[in-house]
Amino acid sequence: MSGEPSPAPPPDGLVAVVKRSCPTSVLVVPVLADLAERAPGGLTVYSQDDPSFPDGMAVVDDTGLETSFALDLETVPTLLRFEGGAETARVVGWNREQWEGLTGVTGLGEGLPAWRPGCGSRTRDPAVAAAHATEVGLRSLVSRRVPLGAEEDDAEAAYERGWSDGLPVVPPTPERVVRMLAGTGRDPSEVVAVVPPDLVECTVEKVAVNAVLAGCRPEHLPVVLAAVEAACAEPFNMHGLLATTWFAGPVVVVGGPVARAVGMNHGINALGPGNRANATIGRAVQLVVRNVGGGRPGEIDRATLGQPGKYTACFAEDDPLDGWPLLHEERGLPAGSSGVTVFAGEAPRGVLDQLSRDPASLARSFAACLRTTTHPKMVVAFDAMLVVSPEHTRVFVEAGWSKQRLADELAGLLQVDGDDVIRGAGGIAEGLDEGFAGVTLPKFRPGGLLITRAGGRAGLFSAIIGGWASGALGSDPVTREVNP
Amino acid sequence: MTYDPTDPSDPRGRILLDPTAELAAAVRSPAARPATLDGATIGLLDISKARGDVFLDRIGERLTERGWHVERFRKPTFTRPAPIDLRREITEKCDVVIEALAD
Repeated sequence: MSGEPSPAPPPDGLVAVVKRSCPTSVLVVPVLADLAERAPGGLTVYSQDDPSFPDGMAVVDDTGLETSFALDLETVPTLLRFEGGAETARVVGWNREQWEGLTGVTGLGEGLPAWRPGCGSRTRDPAVAAAHATEVGLRSLVSRRVPLGAEEDDAEAAYERGWSDGLPVVPPTPERVVRMLAGTGRDPSEVVAVVPPDLVECTVEKVAVNAVLAGCRPEHLPVVLAAVEAACAEPFNMHGLLATTWFAGPVVVVGGPVARAVGMNHGINALGPGNRANATIGRAVQLVVRNVGGGRPGEIDRATLGQPGKYTACFAEDDPLDGWPLLHEERGLPAGSSGVTVFAGEAPRGVLDQLSRDPASLARSFAACLRTTTHPKMVVAFDAMLVVSPEHTRVFVEAGWSKQRLADELAGLLQVDGDDVIRGAGGIAEGLDEGFAGVTLPKFRPGGLLITRAGGRAGLFSAIIGGWASGALGSDPVTREVNP
Repeated sequence: MTYDPTDPSDPRGRILLDPTAELAAAVRSPAARPATLDGATIGLLDISKARGDVFLDRIGERLTERGWHVERFRKPTFTRPAPIDLRREITEKCDVVIEALAD
């Protein structure tokens, strides 16, 4: 296809669009010839498939379908009236009464049946429509186009331009970005977030380019968009999370119908590899921060050691159970909705308890392990996330414990004696100021322990994801709804 | 090079879209080093990291002993960028700044 993106509108007067391969179009040829002579203001005929049809008439070649797409045709023949450059009337197929009404010319099509349905416009051919959508999409892209040298390898080019986290990326060709954008109904020019650390406005299109790099499929894009928005929200403090020498990075937890719809994994190896949606959604968030925000390791990202979750850390929550709402539901979104929550987290660590069959015992195991996050003597300042596996969940559910009950019991078990955590206690210099001696302190601030559920059906293991400095001094988890 | 996506002769697979913010490679040269610190005001910026104040206290003492004018500043928290007002105040008051990154 070629020509102007927006063709000039047809001239004023009557306009007919036809194609030779349509019997109804052939049927009305005598009517068109009649109108060309008799209609005040004249008739302009567009042909979708053969510019010599109808034979012997002046025809505008619309085999490129620019005008047909501009008129958003469903049917040929379609008869329209244009006045002052605007469409004022339209009828489809052949219907003598309607054609006479629109044209004001009587006695049309003598000898023809009174009515005959039209045929599908070529613009409604699925292959043609898809190609057209691609062309329109390509024209609408505004990201800078980077031409590659004749001998340049596209995968290597992405490395050399600094677009990769170290793993290979999918080269973001314009066609791939157009296909990615089909995954959302949002306008490509819409600003999704202002991305730290460079505080750059990031559009849906720019997120889509990075989603292509990350290996996402189009249906993953709405989840990526929600996660980017959450990670760039002020309370999450992405700038500080990058700059800290601590291990943490954004952990993306996805819950609700969208997780299943886009094929995310909440089961076996949910925190590990093997699932494209989990892997690429988390990676896309990281690549947006890297490429759009400018948050690169060794530059703004100052982590002493980092951790593998900073390539990607994204998992789906197991289906909700009675008394065990999903994380985003607990955090204010309606039940049954889809949501993402970003949490400033370390790499997961395991919690083993294969013997507890009553919930109080298992809660004590959890508390004992949670007590050690960051440092056994560190309290209040850092959050954590607990990922409860199905077999551990069963212990609580069968005993009638809700998620809130577990949270309350853990809060009670995680009260720490200040004498044990001040500097020097236990022969360890690290610790709180001596002023906290004799004071009881919570391991986690209120709401600072997030509880989620995921994992395979076998294994009496759960996971702890340690956090980072919490609240105004660091990061608050942020939740956003996933919208199509 | 201009790219016409509607031109079938254009080597489409050879075009990639820039995933970055497309910020111009702004080359900003650092301010020239002062030839002398005579009469200079020296800012001491505490970013609120542990024991940064101890370090800056000592530096401040030493500088004051030697006759320089010292101004102290403090970020509310090390985990976030300095507030704009603080950055402006430092810029207006100081000729050079020493920042304690600490720990």
